[in-house]
Amino acid sequence: MKFQPYQPYDVMPGDKVNPGDPVTVDRYTAGARINHWITAASLVLLALSGLALFHPSLFFLTALFGGGDFTRFVHPWIGVVLFFGFFGLLLRFWRANLWEGADNTWLARISDVLRDKEERLPEVGKYNAGQKMVFWSMSALILVLITSGIVIWDRYFSEVFSVEQQRVAVLVHAVAAVVMISIWIVHVYAAIWVRGTIGAMTRGYVTGGWAWRHHRKWLRELVSGGRRS
Amino acid sequence: MDLPNPNVHDPKVGLTERDVILRSASSLPPPPERRLTSVAKLIDVSKCIGCKACQSACLEWNNMREEVGVNTGVYDNPDLTPNMFTLMRFTEWVNPDSGDLEWLIRKDGCMHCEDPGCLKACPAPGAIVQYSNGIVDFVHENCIGCGYCVKGCPFNIPRISKVDHKAYKCTLCSDRVAVGQGPACAKACPTQCISFGTKEEMLKQAEGRITDLKSRGFANAGVYDPPGVRGTHVIYVLHHADKPEIYAGLPNNPRISPLVDLWKGGAKYAGMAVIVITAAFGLLHHLVSGPNRVKPEDEENAKKLANTKGRSA
Repeated sequence: MKFQPYQPYDVMPGDKVNPGDPVTVDRYTAGARINHWITAASLVLLALSGLALFHPSLFFLTALFGGGDFTRFVHPWIGVVLFFGFFGLLLRFWRANLWEGADNTWLARISDVLRDKEERLPEVGKYNAGQKMVFWSMSALILVLITSGIVIWDRYFSEVFSVEQQRVAVLVHAVAAVVMISIWIVHVYAAIWVRGTIGAMTRGYVTGGWAWRHHRKWLRELVSGGRRS
Repeated sequence: MDLPNPNVHDPKVGLTERDVILRSASSLPPPPERRLTSVAKLIDVSKCIGCKACQSACLEWNNMREEVGVNTGVYDNPDLTPNMFTLMRFTEWVNPDSGDLEWLIRKDGCMHCEDPGCLKACPAPGAIVQYSNGIVDFVHENCIGCGYCVKGCPFNIPRISKVDHKAYKCTLCSDRVAVGQGPACAKACPTQCISFGTKEEMLKQAEGRITDLKSRGFANAGVYDPPGVRGTHVIYVLHHADKPEIYAGLPNNPRISPLVDLWKGGAKYAGMAVIVITAAFGLLHHLVSGPNRVKPEDEENAKKLANTKGRSA
């Protein structure tokens, strides 16, 4: 049997340390970044068009989409784009987001996270417990939203589902969307608060110091070239 | 009883923006300076002969055409459609008390609820309005075709057109009522099963009919003016008012679905609150604890790790 070098579960294709001064660490490939931004753009457009139809005082947002009729028409199609966009992200990132024991410790010390006392936290792999929770709750919510969304997609499915099923779906869709928008706010805020993060999704790399500070286990794994550190 | 033609020489009734008392997805309009008399259409099911003149008159007045269908051996036309705002529904029912076969015929269509579920569910400002005389009307230029009214309606009435993607239903001939005329269906009905007038008059007329029906052995005859939607502006006289569901599924005690109430009530406000609180928490956290920056020693440590161990590995 051929020797397989140990590959930590949270090292993704393209992750690489570039020694030098300063050290940089490749975090996302161009493919992953394009995939992310297609999904992100769909999510923002969905939130705006969805909120427009959710609360009357936000109906004015339909103007961004060329009026109410077009908002109603385009919202489900953007949802389809988001579904497949996120499916791509799921395939790319699911492995690195598997839950492990240290994540429970991290989560138990969430107040240290918020108070920026990272020295009290276990060393973190590619993703911390918060990021993993965002990832998995997004996965679940998108499944709920696409399913309930199809039930209330009047143009194509009005005769497939009963009115009572549509009533359940419209409520579930609204509640899931609210939770999703809130999680999206957490996701965006975390990226802003933890300085140096956004570059990972724009140019594709972070500084060595960022990786040391926030994802030390992942950095060690990359440095030791796949061997157990 | 002979119903005179409504007065057409004094069409001051009108139905204008100032008569709107409820408007979908909008704050309440100011109380109108005048309140029109509450109107109602009375459908006396016991007098209906199932001729469908009302259906024809409805299509005629609204200038709609239905595709010619196929006879499948029953009198029923398939269903309400975006063109067909009213429909005879036929039921053969065996009365368990007498063993008689009763042919129940009900004219289905919008009930013009005092508490309209369609209007409550509608997200488009002004796409559904209620006038002070009780008529609930769809304003098509504001309709976006989302189908929320279908979910709001306790009677399953609105239909979305596959052609222009707008919602359609009976208008109670608001355009005729506005100039002092009764609805086209009432005008065409050969047995005066359908009559139109003020709600007070219609309830009084219904009472007379119920007394008559009771004297002829229909002990449970009564009026259908369901309180769950705070009454309707289309009311029925039923010979079996204790079992409205035998009339092709006329709902017993209809009301706006609690799911719709929750969606358009609590969920709307709680949802916006959750989003705002999450955003506020982020803002507050940033103000209090400031950005989480990478320190120079982090970069030093990374350099040590990557430039020594990295090379030897």
